[in-house]
Amino acid sequence: MAQTQSEIRYLTPLSVDTKKKKYCRFKRMGIKYIDYKDPEFLKRFLNEQGKILPRRITGTSLKFQRRVAKAVKRARHLALLPYVTDLMK
Amino acid sequence: MNKYETVFILTPVLSDAQMKEAVDKFKKVLTDNQATIVNEEEWGLRKLAYPIQKKTTGFYNLLEFDAEPTVVAKLETAFRRDEKVIRFLTFRLDKFAAEYAEKRRNVRKAAAEKAAEEPAAEAPAAEVTNE
Repeated sequence: MAQTQSEIRYLTPLSVDTKKKKYCRFKRMGIKYIDYKDPEFLKRFLNEQGKILPRRITGTSLKFQRRVAKAVKRARHLALLPYVTDLMK
Repeated sequence: MNKYETVFILTPVLSDAQMKEAVDKFKKVLTDNQATIVNEEEWGLRKLAYPIQKKTTGFYNLLEFDAEPTVVAKLETAFRRDEKVIRFLTFRLDKFAAEYAEKRRNVRKAAAEKAAEEPAAEAPAAEVTNE
């Protein structure tokens, strides 16, 4: 009777990687303008070397990726963010 | 008329009076050219993310103004001629940026008012606890 349920039983439940859908945080939060004056916020879109992360990792939409890039570049010009660095975070 | 925003960094070697004077000079350039200054902010002495002209800190100043496009060229010429300015950035605010700038202004104003009120409100409260 119980045999019909399952033959293999695991001690720890299998971790099934359900793919979390990426989303554009600007669209979801309704942010229309990305401020270059806030380097702490912009750091979320940079890697350790201070490079801008691609869209495929952050999930940002194309429209806002362009605006992020612009804001980051303005912040770099004003020395709010470094152009190159190691271990930023 | 367009809305513009400019940020400039002054060298850290200046005294407070010299810095005020420099800021006033650029404000005068704007007002002489029929521009209206909407907002000004002083972020104070900040550390630069990388050295500029062998300096690691700088005085940040922000000006928001409404002006004709020709004024920007005059302002930037003034920035370039002045060796006290180590970096500057001027750009036109689009409609989203203008909206954001207005919100930011109001938030800052409210915060400033609150900060002005609080010491007055706190002082009597402190007296009460002392008694």
